[in-house]
Amino acid sequence: MDLGTVEEFAPAALGEWQPGDAWLAGGTWLFSEPQPQLRRLLDLQAFGWPPLTAGDDGLEIAATCTLTELARYAAPAEWPAAALFRRCCEALLGSFKVRSLATVGGNLCLALPAGPMTALAAALDGVCTLWAADGTQRSVRASEFVTGNGTNVLRPGELLRSVHLPASALRSEMAFRRTSLSPHGRSAALVIGRRDGAGAVLTVTAATVRPVQLRFDRLPDAEELAAALDAAALPWHDDVHGLPAWRAHMTGLLAEDVRAELAR
Amino acid sequence: MNVNGRPAEHEPAPGQCLRTHLREQGWFGVKKGCDTGDCGACTVHVDGQPVHSCIYPARRAVGHEVTTIEGLSGSEAAAGDDLHPVQRCFLQGQAFQCGFCTAGMVMTAAALPEEHAHDLPEALKGNLCRCTGYRPIADALRGTVPPVQSAEGPVGTDVPAPAGPDVVTGRARYTLDVEVPGALHAVLARSPHPSAWIRSVDAAPALAVPGVVTVLTWQDSPDVAYSTARHENREDDPDDTLLFDRTVRFAGQRVAAVVAETRAAAEEGCRRLVVDYDVLPAVFDPRAAIAPGAPLVHGDKADVAEALARRIHDPAQNMAAHISSRIGDLDAGLARAAETVELSFGVQRVQHVALETHAAIAWPEGEGVVVRSSTQVPFLTRDALCRLFDLPRDAVRVVSGRVGGGFGGKQEMFTEDVVTLAALRTGRPVQLEFTREEQFIATSTRHPMEITVRAGADADGALTALEVRVLSNTGAYGNHGAGVLFHSCGESIALYNCPVKHVEAVAAYTHTVPAGAFRGYGMSQTAFAIESTLDELARRLGLDPVELRRRNVVHPGDPMISIAGSHPDVDLHSYGLTECLDLVEAALDSGRGEPVPTGPGWSTGRGVGITMLDSSPPRGHVATARLVRGEDGGYTLFVGTAEFGNGTTTVHAQLAAAGLGTTADAIRVVSSDTALTGHDTGAFGSTGTMVAGAATLRAAQAMAALVESGAEGRLETEGRADGTPRTVAFAVHGLRVAVRAETGEIRVLQSVQAVDAGTVLNPRQLRGQVEGGATQALGAALHEHVDVDGTGQVTTRTLRNYHVPALGDVPATEVFFARTDDPLGPLGAKPMSEAPFNPVAPALGNAVRDATGVRLTRLPFTADRVHAALRAERLQHQTH
Repeated sequence: MDLGTVEEFAPAALGEWQPGDAWLAGGTWLFSEPQPQLRRLLDLQAFGWPPLTAGDDGLEIAATCTLTELARYAAPAEWPAAALFRRCCEALLGSFKVRSLATVGGNLCLALPAGPMTALAAALDGVCTLWAADGTQRSVRASEFVTGNGTNVLRPGELLRSVHLPASALRSEMAFRRTSLSPHGRSAALVIGRRDGAGAVLTVTAATVRPVQLRFDRLPDAEELAAALDAAALPWHDDVHGLPAWRAHMTGLLAEDVRAELAR
Repeated sequence: MNVNGRPAEHEPAPGQCLRTHLREQGWFGVKKGCDTGDCGACTVHVDGQPVHSCIYPARRAVGHEVTTIEGLSGSEAAAGDDLHPVQRCFLQGQAFQCGFCTAGMVMTAAALPEEHAHDLPEALKGNLCRCTGYRPIADALRGTVPPVQSAEGPVGTDVPAPAGPDVVTGRARYTLDVEVPGALHAVLARSPHPSAWIRSVDAAPALAVPGVVTVLTWQDSPDVAYSTARHENREDDPDDTLLFDRTVRFAGQRVAAVVAETRAAAEEGCRRLVVDYDVLPAVFDPRAAIAPGAPLVHGDKADVAEALARRIHDPAQNMAAHISSRIGDLDAGLARAAETVELSFGVQRVQHVALETHAAIAWPEGEGVVVRSSTQVPFLTRDALCRLFDLPRDAVRVVSGRVGGGFGGKQEMFTEDVVTLAALRTGRPVQLEFTREEQFIATSTRHPMEITVRAGADADGALTALEVRVLSNTGAYGNHGAGVLFHSCGESIALYNCPVKHVEAVAAYTHTVPAGAFRGYGMSQTAFAIESTLDELARRLGLDPVELRRRNVVHPGDPMISIAGSHPDVDLHSYGLTECLDLVEAALDSGRGEPVPTGPGWSTGRGVGITMLDSSPPRGHVATARLVRGEDGGYTLFVGTAEFGNGTTTVHAQLAAAGLGTTADAIRVVSSDTALTGHDTGAFGSTGTMVAGAATLRAAQAMAALVESGAEGRLETEGRADGTPRTVAFAVHGLRVAVRAETGEIRVLQSVQAVDAGTVLNPRQLRGQVEGGATQALGAALHEHVDVDGTGQVTTRTLRNYHVPALGDVPATEVFFARTDDPLGPLGAKPMSEAPFNPVAPALGNAVRDATGVRLTRLPFTADRVHAALRAERLQHQTH
């Protein structure tokens, strides 16, 4: 929709941000809701960040990398967990026409419980690099970047530069399950399991207001998993995309499916 | 930026989305449906890539090649036969009804990346169609368009819609697809409070915004009360509404209009407006509303004489309408029953979600105005505007372009009054276009109802007593409140023979968004309750649920009885119900449909719902058609009724052709313009064929007689129809489902509907009406709900939070026609536009009952709710 209060469309630059500004990534969310507080859009494309940079230590995903670019990434064979990229991109409620514009960073910053890039980044032990308005940088674990329904750790003027996925996580075995109230609806529960030499980790998103991770030093059995989920007292999310009790129940079912797949 | 190969006329504004930038240059094929990237109607290509142009920053397109539907085939001036292959498929398969979604569908399909081509449900999850039910769209995309039915003559054949070539090329003109130089934009300021008194409005800060021309408030409102609902007889609805009311009765009610040179300025003006509210107590629950001591929604009209004059049942009890009808002795009837069932049901609010939102543009002309509006009822709107502004009929002309879907929602006046006032005040053209959010918070919904049914039958299954109690929530205004209440207690009860029928029904006012006319007009709610109860009764008696209904349904010769005094002019002039039941049962027995999902815990079941519909609304429905033979011998048919995707234009051409003994393509049809024909009630109550079609046939028959007599030169005839006496139509829906109790999931394995529509004038279009109605109903039964929270606010305000069926969500419905021929209908035809919606929800509830043993009583059946209901039932069993 038209953002009638926006008076300026400018290339993004460090030190530029002031109240009334918004960083513009894909624009697919920014232009989907009224934003009467905005006066200026700062176009992150001006930074010209390469979308994906692979190295020995893992994969650097620029905040401006689109979901389609990520889904089409041809990962090396030793990174089987990269199969998650496509699964998570297709978990977006938006169509392929949205995914070709929507960005990994935008999805994380939106901080919706169902954000599939939040799920991906958290599950693969991603680390977010943030740039403050004054040019200083800090790192935040992706699993801690989203703090609640629509909230994140960003400070005013700060931007998400990239997410780094460590090679160790990309090398692990993974399993993915999601459910929603309609076949292609917004995720109501999304569970990703990962298993490697160091143990197993289960990442729950969508069903909870923020990502929750359960870590095990070895793959648990069904009872251990159920007990761990119970004990974790997860912060269940409640909106039209699923009642909390159902989300909790489905999380249990999906988690057990994930566990069983990893046990095979 | 190049658009369709041409340089753009100007730079886009910094915050503009690409859609608006394209439309302001006259590329009207780019549609505004949701404005949030959910519906896909605005799809265009940027450098060959399909994008939702409503969420694409226009500035980003600078320096790129943009293609709209107008440029798809490579030549802007494409003639009808110069089509892109996808356009040709859509045209060949007639894969549209209102056509508002078509350009976006075509643009998406024309640039589908290879990786998505084999998974249409995933590829098209961002393209919504509210009319067709998707089957013809999927056929067009897969290249599996069914062969066209051929038969002699214009009737009974798959004549394509005359607008088809315009629809698939984006040339069809909807309400705001016109350039009106100098048009101002109105934006409505809406109340955040559900109940309040406006102490004052300070317009000065709004007027100070550059570009704001005027602000209209309660002080500018004509002192004439009316109803937004439109009926042939104005007095069917209460006079409880003002253009701008000083009393606020729901959150979202309009309190002022800001009129400005640009939409942005008008929006800023709304934000700057200072409204001082005295916030008052409010009531949201209909049961609480009719209890003593509740805050009164229309307490200012509680004086008995005043209420009577305004036709409000009892403002002092928040009752907009009331029915109490007792036929037979209920206690005696129940005493004779071998089995009795009493169940309570809840039917939710749903929204029409016509892809074109309410919109109108008015411009002054002479002493009056011309209003171009997205309406099902141009003539009734004209009359309402005349009354409101004290203008003669010839001073107000209402026209509609092609209307982008209606479903009952456009049998209301939500925009025309505002633009008329603004145009009269400013002397300039003024347009008003609702946002998708405004559709949800401030137009109308289906009436939510709480319904209790008590039914008894003897051991043979013959009904001995039927009691129906309805509490309908009409919201803050009584538009359609009484009509829907009466209709909800009409044919759904009259369908069954039973010596005892008691009805108690109330339409309650609450401080919530008003309910209004919705496809089915009250029947989908009560049919769900009654058909579910009878299914349950049969099971308790050990009878087959369809067999119990066969034993009790009316047959020719039986009286039609629901509430005392209703249906006086209705009779079973034709009867295809038995055949419909046979067709549905045979289809369900056929073994067709999806296989039962693999995996643990799935149980299966089947269910049937039956509904009957009177062939037009009671209390009069008038249609006029004017047929002109020009000097050149060409025929032009002027009809008053509106085309909103229901296909009546095609049927009218066919009927005129039949009357004249020619072919449908020889008739040019011009519709819905108050300047061109005599009075016409409009397109609602399933009247487009039954009543308006009869008028057309009469005009054509009169013309044929003139031609026969040797008349020459320009000839003109008129046909009229008044919609009485009436007959009935039937629709029977059958479903086979699989249910997984562990997750609450319901999978529809097979969906079938058989309809009794009399002579089938256009099989493909009729099939389309049934498929579309069934899909809309499956959406309403499985997913959709408009939610109002504990403070009266609508919380479901976007399409991403109000899930309407997408292509992958529902199976195609098998459609069957009973072979009947009605003596009242034009060439034997009967109406079939609302009826297909009504029997679906009970068929689903009955199928789930069959599969699980559990009776679900509250719609919709989303997996989370079904899971909760099944678990509650299990727990209850364990404690007993």
